[in-house]
Parts: sequence; structure tokens; C-alpha cells
Amino acid sequence: MKAGVQKMAAEPVLEAKDVVKELGQGAAKVVALKGVSLSLIPGELTLLMGPSGSGKTTLLSILGCILSSTSGSVEIRGVPITGLSPEELAEVRRKNLGFIFQSYNLFPTLSALENVRIALDVRGETGYPAAARAEEVLRDVGLSNRMRNYPGNLSGGEQQRVAVARAIVTSPAIVLADEPTAALDSENGHAVMALLSRIAKEQNRSVLAVTHDPRTLSYADRVIKIEDGLIVGEDRRPPGIDGPHITDLTKRRKAHA
Amino acid sequence: MITGNIDQAQGDLWITTFGAKSFEDGGILLTPRERHQALATQGVANVIPLVVAFAEWRKPGGGSSRVVVVGADAEDGGLAPWNLVQGTWEDIKAPEGIGIDRTYFSELGIGGMGATAQIAQGRVRVRALTDGVRSFTQSPYAFTTLNRARSLLGVEGERATFYLVQTEPGANPELIRDELRQRLESAEVLTKAEFRDRSLKQWLFRTGAGIALIGGALLGILVGTVIVAQTLYSSTKDHLNEFATLRALGSSSGYIHKVILTQAGLSAVFGYLLGMAIAILIVAASQGSALPIVMTPALAFGLFVLTLFMCAISALSAIVKVTKIDPATVFSR
Ligand SMILES: Nc1ncnc2c1ncn2[C@@H]1O[C@H](COP(=O)(O)OP(=O)(O)OP(=O)(O)O)[C@@H](O)[C@H]1O
Ligand SMILES: [Mg+2]
Repeated sequence: MKAGVQKMAAEPVLEAKDVVKELGQGAAKVVALKGVSLSLIPGELTLLMGPSGSGKTTLLSILGCILSSTSGSVEIRGVPITGLSPEELAEVRRKNLGFIFQSYNLFPTLSALENVRIALDVRGETGYPAAARAEEVLRDVGLSNRMRNYPGNLSGGEQQRVAVARAIVTSPAIVLADEPTAALDSENGHAVMALLSRIAKEQNRSVLAVTHDPRTLSYADRVIKIEDGLIVGEDRRPPGIDGPHITDLTKRRKAHA
Repeated sequence: MITGNIDQAQGDLWITTFGAKSFEDGGILLTPRERHQALATQGVANVIPLVVAFAEWRKPGGGSSRVVVVGADAEDGGLAPWNLVQGTWEDIKAPEGIGIDRTYFSELGIGGMGATAQIAQGRVRVRALTDGVRSFTQSPYAFTTLNRARSLLGVEGERATFYLVQTEPGANPELIRDELRQRLESAEVLTKAEFRDRSLKQWLFRTGAGIALIGGALLGILVGTVIVAQTLYSSTKDHLNEFATLRALGSSSGYIHKVILTQAGLSAVFGYLLGMAIAILIVAASQGSALPIVMTPALAFGLFVLTLFMCAISALSAIVKVTKIDPATVFSR
């Protein structure tokens, strides 16, 4: 971990400590997270990898203030979110978080532009400045000639880029993505990962993406490996090195252990 | 329409038998004694007798129905058939003359002007026609002179159903009403407004017709609300994922309520416009019939407010449904 020391010095935007989450009831009860601690700092694209059922989505939901933890604490920009009401959690999401989903979750009856604008509308930002901002972000993700299209008339890659635009149009400190490339072909998967990496770097945001997809490794600044509700390893790209670096996590984990 | 005769009659006060509930329900029980007592009261200028009663109408071609005979002498300045479109009061005064509304020919089994029929005890001849003088009851009005009404109905002596009291200029009708109430022990005295009000309530709230009307309206409101509620609820249910996404994006519940209420509002506006278009067609089509439908701007506005209110109530079930969604479902799709 020596290589990451410089970056670790930056103030974390999100800190989770000893997060435990029990799901289901009675005999069906599952401890999905068994004490997870992690922090996210600005300017990094972090990947969360692990086998199916290991608790990735559960962790992402808790970090995203969508699910509350059974025990442990989460602080977003220094503010603890434990014990907040659903309305207060919605406000924390509105102010700090952007979301990207595996199946895009665009509104099918709204155009690409309107899909992006709705994120601003939810925050009470309407009118010309909001429209101009939404157009700017769509242009930035390479969709300047697709703004009036409806999701049904966009390719998967284009839809996911609309979703990325919707997630970042409000300038959130943290962007959370659950399997953003799982539904995309190789080319589009790479395009979306490159976009997420660029967002982290250029806009100094903290991006956390859950993924199964080994193709995404080369874009990561940091990889966290989770198994059975516990973080079992972490790797970080040394500063100053570009291009694919983190390739075989398993080997590295053995080395760390 | 319900109180057409009361509205048309020129009089400040109505003397009726006790408990007369409406214009059609007076009996023929007042005697000249009451008339003279009223005339002797200070501030009373004129007391005009009216005879009003249901009577059997025998159609010229056989069969019978009922009419409301309205007997009054136009010369008294109290009540006369209005909206005459054919014939005049002078024609009605001619032997056997009556005036009826021209929308009732088929109910009365007659062909038109000049037709003859029998009312209770005597022969009558249609000598004048009114337009738009309809009865809230099934029975049309048959206008005739006071004495012909008495003889048709077999009224003894100079009895009357109502005395219409005209007060002297500058007199206070309410004070005179109170004075008359003291004097006339066997009759009731009401101002025009009071009698109108009582008739309206009688028809709207105490008769089957009124209750059916109000019941129908309430049922319409209920069914309308339920249908809009179901539509909104199922469309909300179909789009729960989208609401969950909205919630995940950080929208407040207020914002989501606004989305649903906007939909409800749109349903209200479109539904109202459609309903109003149909209503206007029905209103237009009903104008020549025996039961014309009236749509005033105030009524149209009131209905719009009611529609908005119904749709807002309808939105409640959808809002409750959305309030229960778990934003965590956004990831599990
Ligand atoms: N609502 C729930 N009730 C009970 N158990 C649940 C619920 N949601 C998830 N689980 C369980 O919690 C564990 C973690 O689930 P989670 O969805 O976080 O896994 P994941 O790492 O995202 O898996 P995948 O890669 O398949 O998406 C799993 O064992 C899952 O079966
Ligand atoms: Mg998952």
C-alpha cells in the first residue's frame, strides 16, 4: 500500500466503518455484509469486485444512502447518515451522489435531454440554465446528436452514456455504479469505463463501480475485492503509471496476505 | 324551472294553506274570509286569488294523463302564462280556452293548437301555446282563467289555493307577513323567497325525483373518483420502477406527489373537456324536449372544481402506493 500513501492523504468524501447488514427475516436471514470498512477519496475510480452474492450491491446501496446498515457507520463528507429519515437520506443523495445502473433505468417516455434534466428538476433547477447544463453534459459524453432521441431509439452504449450524464449533471462528489458495463458489448463497455475514469480524473470526483468484468480492470485506480460480505483485498495503481496495471488480483492478494 | 310559477308571479307574499309544500301542493282550501282579512291589513295593496290543482286530462283519442291546472286572471296582475308563442290571453279567455306548453303535445295526446280534450269535469280547447314553460313534475301546466279553473275542478264557491299579496310601495313585506300571520290563524304566510325556497327543497330533497337526481349525482361522483383512482393507481403501479429511480436520484416525496398530482390534474382537465363537450351536445339536444337541461357558467365552473377535487382524491391511493416503494429495488433489476 505504500504507493497509495500520497493519495490517501486527500480528505475522504465517504467513510464506512464496520458496516454490517442483515437481510431477510427469520430462517431466511442472511448476513450480506459482515463488517466492511472503506473510504473513498476524490479523483479516483475504484472498482468493487467479487463473486455473485458477495454483497457488492448491498454495500453500494448502503454507501448510496438507499439502504441503511444494521450496524456500523457511514459518513458522507463528514456527516454521519446513521439514523436519518428517508426524506433526509433523499436529500443526502440529492446533494452528494450520482447513480448509474446496470439496466440504465432511463425514463422511457422522456428524451435523452429530458432524462438528464430530470436530475436537475428533482433539485428544483429548471428553465434555461438547467437545459443548457444538461446539453453541455450530454455533449461531453459524446451524445450531441442524440439529445432528442428517446431511450428506445438509442443503443445500449448510448443509453448508458445518457445515464452517466444524468448521474454527473448535478456535479455530485460521489458517483456509484452497479455493473455499468454488464449489459454492454466490449467496445461500449470500454467507452463507458473510459468515461467514468475521465470523470474521476478531470472532475475530481470519487467513482465507485461494482463489476464482474475483467475488461474494466485497466481503468481502475484502485480495486477492492469482496467475498462473502468481507473485504478480502485491495490493490492500487502506483501514481504516474498509465495504462493497464492491475491485472491479476488473485496473485496480488496472495502477496498481500 | 322547478319554481317557474313562483318566480313569475307578481306578489310579495303568498298566503297558503298550512303546510303547502310547493306550488302544486296547495289544495283548494282558502276562503274569501282570509282574502278579506288580508285586504283589511295595513300596507296590503292587492290580494289575488290563484287556483292550482292536479287534474285528470282525458286525451281526445282515449286514455288519460294528468295536468296541473293553473287558474288566475291576468287582469289581476298576479300570474299569467308567460312566453306565449301562439295565441294570447284573450284567446285563453274565450270559451273552453286553455294554454299549454308546446313541448307536451305527445304526452297530452293532441295534435296542436285548437285540439280539444277534457280536464276533470269539463271540455277544454287549446287556444294558446307557451314555449319553455315546463313542469318539474310529470304533469304539464294548463293555464286558464280563475273561474274556468274553479268550474273544471268543481271548486265550491270562491275558494282558492293561494292568495298572492301585493304590498303598497314602500311597505316592508316582512312586517306585513308577520301581521298577516297574526290575523290569519288558518293559513300560512310566506314571502316569495321563503315559498320558493320551500318548493325547491321539497322537490330536491323530499320527493323521489329529487332524491334520484341527487343520488345519481353522488353515484356519478363516486364512480368517477373510483375509476380515476384505479387508472392512476394502475399506471403508477406499472411505473413503480421509474418512481424508485426517481427516489434513488434523490427526489423528495413532495416531488413525487407533484408528479402524480400533475397526472391527476391532466386527467381532470382532459376528462372535464370531454365531459363538457358531451354535456353541451346533450344540453343542445334537450332544448326542445320536455326536460331541458341547463348549463350555466357558474355550474360549469363548479363542475370543473369538483372534477379537480375528485381527481386529487383519486391520486391518494397512487401516492400511498408510491410512498411504500423501497428505492433499493433500483439495483435489483
Ligand atoms: N432482500 C433480500 N433479502 C434476503 N437476502 C438478500 C436480499 N437481497 C440480497 N440478499 C442476499 O444477500 C447477499 C448479497 O447480495 P448482493 O445482491 O449484495 O450480492 P452481489 O454481490 O451484488 O451479487 P451479484 O453479483 O449477483 O449482483 C446474497 O446472498 C443475497 O442472496
Ligand atoms: Mg449485484
